[in-house]
Amino acid sequence: MIASRDQRPETARPMIECNEIQKYYGDYHALRGIDLVIREGEFFSLLGPSGCGKTTLLRTIAGFEGISSGAVLIDGKHMENVPANSRPTNMVFQSYAIFPHLTVAQNVAFGLRRDPRGKSEKAALVEEALAMVGLRGYGGRAAHALSGGQRQRVALARALILKPKVLLLDEPLSALDRKMREQMQVELIKLQRQVGITFVLVTHDQEEALVMSDRIAVMFDGEIAQLDEPETLYARPKDRRVADFIGVMNFLPAQITREADGIVSVDVPGLGPVELPESQVSRANPDDSGPVLGFRPETMTLLTPGQSSQHARETDVVIDEVVYYGDMTYYDLRLEDTQHTVRISMRNVFGRDVQSVGTKARVAWSPGSLVLFR
Amino acid sequence: MAKPGMDREARQGLTLIAPPFLYALAILAAPVLTILSYSFLTDGYLEVIGEFTFGNYIQVWSDPIVRAVLLRSLAVSAAVTVVTVLLAFPVAYYLSFVVKPERKSMWLFLITIPFWTSYLIRVFLWKVILGYNGVINSSLTGLGIIDQPLTFILYNVNSMVLTLAHAYAPFAILPIFVALEKIDRSLLEAGRDLGENRLMTFWRVTLPLAMPGVVAAVLIVFIPTIGDYVTPELIGGGKIPMIANLIQVQMLALDNRPLGSALAVTAMLVVAVVSLIFLWLNRRFLRVKQ
Repeated sequence: MIASRDQRPETARPMIECNEIQKYYGDYHALRGIDLVIREGEFFSLLGPSGCGKTTLLRTIAGFEGISSGAVLIDGKHMENVPANSRPTNMVFQSYAIFPHLTVAQNVAFGLRRDPRGKSEKAALVEEALAMVGLRGYGGRAAHALSGGQRQRVALARALILKPKVLLLDEPLSALDRKMREQMQVELIKLQRQVGITFVLVTHDQEEALVMSDRIAVMFDGEIAQLDEPETLYARPKDRRVADFIGVMNFLPAQITREADGIVSVDVPGLGPVELPESQVSRANPDDSGPVLGFRPETMTLLTPGQSSQHARETDVVIDEVVYYGDMTYYDLRLEDTQHTVRISMRNVFGRDVQSVGTKARVAWSPGSLVLFR
Repeated sequence: MAKPGMDREARQGLTLIAPPFLYALAILAAPVLTILSYSFLTDGYLEVIGEFTFGNYIQVWSDPIVRAVLLRSLAVSAAVTVVTVLLAFPVAYYLSFVVKPERKSMWLFLITIPFWTSYLIRVFLWKVILGYNGVINSSLTGLGIIDQPLTFILYNVNSMVLTLAHAYAPFAILPIFVALEKIDRSLLEAGRDLGENRLMTFWRVTLPLAMPGVVAAVLIVFIPTIGDYVTPELIGGGKIPMIANLIQVQMLALDNRPLGSALAVTAMLVVAVVSLIFLWLNRRFLRVKQ
């Protein structure tokens, strides 16, 4: 995993501002009051399940969709009456939208028609843009003869050659196979650093968003549920839906026993009493089923008999299921004296055997890795 | 792939196409071959004499009347093609881009309604509309706009072009519609995204991608109209013959089948040459395809 997070000052000036955007399709409320600032030079992701409004939001920024109320500002300018063709944004479409009747070079040069530069200068620009995306010498090829990955590179070159202030990417990697996708993720991060343009990525793939983004806005039902840096989003989800959507999270019912001095005490069947500071308590829980305690699979360690750990707490469990992934093993554990199962993951390091189903074991954990949703 | 497999596939294919092939042979090839052989035979009075001759062709190709009629046929069908395709494009565009998807099949259905009546009746209806005491003239005189019925709207080339353009409109609309439907809409957004307004996006993206449909429409309209017989007879009043009328006169009125056949073969050759030019154009436009 490449950390894309440069030391960009928090004070970088805003490139895109969305103020209270509402969008209706007839009766359907697609965007419900989106407030958002995307900073200059940032790699920003809009993440969410299909139908959450992330693509609609991207298309309102691009100018392909109008908004019912609110405002979009790009680089400080109101975009209300600015049509898509006059906005300082360019888009990489999900289908790449490569013009089938043109060659690769003609595709890349499409947006240069009104550029006053001469023919040879433009040709040099096209070649440079193609080289930037690793397609040097492909200019003469017919667009329909390209593979999926190559089409995407052409789409990138075609957008970046115009030096937009913002590059919008609509699920650009979803059509690629896994290997290609991972490769393109790294290339996109490098490319973004190289050109310094603000990238706004729409994706439903949480892993992709975590790998690539400086900041991520997680959307559900036309609203932003949480906007944070990847680490915060993963470790301290503010919303149970976010916790559920990003990575794997275990949920256990909890009972609040005491609240005082910024400390919430809860009792969790199977884990026992736990005290949590307010920073580990989230008040967004769409279920009315009462408070739940959440933790990530990797925050618990399965102990081999006789092993001790630096974690504060230990709990007796029975191994219900073992899923072996090569580098990792997932264990489904039933907490002693309860019917609750949790999933934990263990890295398969040298000298540690994969334990078998049905055996009794102990897990070690720390209260600091828990999040309470109430 | 293994050779025996190919053979079996080939045999299967041949079996499948055999019935339509025989049908085509009987319906298409036999009449064409008959006409072709007639055109090299000699005309006797009320019969065809089995003597080989190039005479019919020499007569046809040297006759100024034939040349004039052939040129008129070409001009009329070229005009019809231009008018039809130019009028069909906006209709097809509207149908593809403006009409809501759930309404499209209804629109297509409406466009085919003219086919519910016979071609002859439709042409005759235009005569009713355009005639001396026809719909247009009686309306205009009734409204007091004109005193005398207009005579220039019937029995001339313009009225023939109008009638044929109407008759062939669906043939032009449908292929253009299909070509427009195949255009990925994100391509148009990409055109706008890359800085072009709607008009330039149409010019640089929509139109080039619709060209195969336009070329198909041109062929579909041009080829049958050049041989049209009914419209010149009814709308042209029989005084502005096209090549089909000339063939009819030779074949039936004068009973000179060899000469009529030579005329027919000549007309076919002209159509073939023009069509080949269109096909070449088609290939040129399809050179880079999806």
